[in-house]
Amino acid sequence: MSSTQLAAPVSVGDPPPERRPRSRRRVKGDAWPLLLPALLPIVIFNVYPLLQGIYLGFTDSRAGLNQVTHFTGLENYRDLMDNELFWSSFRIGMIWALSVTSLQFVAAMGLALLLNENLRLRWLARTLSLVPWAMPPVVVAIMWRLMYDPNSGPVSGASQALGFGQLNLLGNFETALPAVIVVGIWAGMPQTTITLLAGLQGVDETLYEAAAVDGAGAWRRFWNVTLPQLRPVVVAITSLNFIWNINTFDLIYVLTNGGPGGRTMLPMLFAYNEGFRYGHFGVAAAMGNVMVVIIVGLLLFYLRSRLKGTGADR
Amino acid sequence: MSAARISPAGRAGQYAALIAYVVFLGFPLLWLLSTAFKNSREIALGGSGLIPSSPTLSNFGDAIDRANLVHAGLNSLQVAVATTVLTVLLALPAAYGLARFKTFLRPVTLGWVLVSQVFPTILVIIPLFLILKQFELIDSLPGLTIVYVVFTMPFCLWMLMGFVANIPRDLEEAAAIDGANRLRILISIVFPLLRPGVVATALFAFISSWNEFLFALVMIQTPEKVTLPLTLSRFVGAEGQVQLGALAAGSLLATIPSLVFFALIQRRLTSGLLSGAVKG
Repeated sequence: MSSTQLAAPVSVGDPPPERRPRSRRRVKGDAWPLLLPALLPIVIFNVYPLLQGIYLGFTDSRAGLNQVTHFTGLENYRDLMDNELFWSSFRIGMIWALSVTSLQFVAAMGLALLLNENLRLRWLARTLSLVPWAMPPVVVAIMWRLMYDPNSGPVSGASQALGFGQLNLLGNFETALPAVIVVGIWAGMPQTTITLLAGLQGVDETLYEAAAVDGAGAWRRFWNVTLPQLRPVVVAITSLNFIWNINTFDLIYVLTNGGPGGRTMLPMLFAYNEGFRYGHFGVAAAMGNVMVVIIVGLLLFYLRSRLKGTGADR
Repeated sequence: MSAARISPAGRAGQYAALIAYVVFLGFPLLWLLSTAFKNSREIALGGSGLIPSSPTLSNFGDAIDRANLVHAGLNSLQVAVATTVLTVLLALPAAYGLARFKTFLRPVTLGWVLVSQVFPTILVIIPLFLILKQFELIDSLPGLTIVYVVFTMPFCLWMLMGFVANIPRDLEEAAAIDGANRLRILISIVFPLLRPGVVATALFAFISSWNEFLFALVMIQTPEKVTLPLTLSRFVGAEGQVQLGALAAGSLLATIPSLVFFALIQRRLTSGLLSGAVKG
């Protein structure tokens, strides 16, 4: 849900630490009545359904009255392996998530570096970079449909003015995925930019002075001072971005609904269709389980290689 | 880096890049704004000017009539306000408890906030749908509110905990020495200091539920109960060339509350981030 999208930048670091924690004050029993009203709904409506959802992935659960659910073990997964549409959606999801995450990182890093400089117009760029954060994803999608509209949109308009004729980016098999990737980058700029900017502002100034004395140019300073200093922030935000991106739903649902010809059928859209259009709850949940395994696997691989990297540097 | 000398050419390059960013980020917004004020003839003719040739307000009227905007807006408002009030009422004591007491629930809760990010919504949404169906809370705004409260809660807890932790304990201890009891300390010391944090958290909860789409899509079935994002997404489906202006106008109206509230809390949201992220 969008709240988690909104939420996460702050979860990049630890919450502000308490000032002078005093271990003497431990009133154990007292905390429960304060906590229960908040935690109970989370357990009932989030933790429990989640566990049940994981289980559903191993059953033949279907929508509809009087449907008896059987445990079917790995059958859903065998079916998915044989399903060409699953593989294509999986491939599209990976292309989407990896390109959006990496391009977003490059774009946001560039913007953060500029915002960290003393430039005029900085306030404007900073404000604009935050706006997507506040917009309903549905509205972001509608806005970009207007941008890409073949008849009246400015993208097609520019193409016509240059003599290339009308351009239907979202309707074309080759261009649909790149076109939605641009939207993904636009929509995710705020969290990434602000996180990186926060990281930049935390970099010790004296390191730059030392590097400048050693005769390092701007690029060398960025590569040898800024990036290594930012490493934890970069690893955190790219990991979170990857998770959010691979789980994207709203944007694509409104932009293309998976079309044309399934070319933008992201995994979550595929799972949604299986579950709520065809009523195959078990298959949809199985798809969710597959995504969890893949996400966790990739994250472990990524985090391990990043951590090794730090070890080798020092 | 500002200390280093930058050549005029370097500066020019920086400004060029900054302007490119401003265009990339800002142009789609301007286009949405401009489309909302273009008349249908201009849109149908493919007029690609940024400035409407004869600005009109008719799109707003059309959007309100055809997209059921007022009704959906009231539904969204009802759900968002209820979610905000409930979330803050439940999260405030819990955040205080988590920040001030040593309990195993603290690492458990914080761990959950992070771990729950990994699980795609589809895994939760099917069983949740089945559970709520048993209680006849599907296709009902109270049902949607419950879901929003639950899914906004973790981050609100996280945010509020940070604000509680920033209140010096000494203040509370001083009051205790003066003979104030726990409730009195909470009411006359903690809550007043916490007010800005509570406002920020409340607005955040409001924005989240106002903008939310997937749960509403799955749970709401009858047209009388649709929320704004839902009605807008259906409007897209029914769109012809003529309706693009109304679509833009409706989208614009639906975004205003979030944008205004976001502007109010943006500093607090990002400064909370600043204090957290740098320590990474």
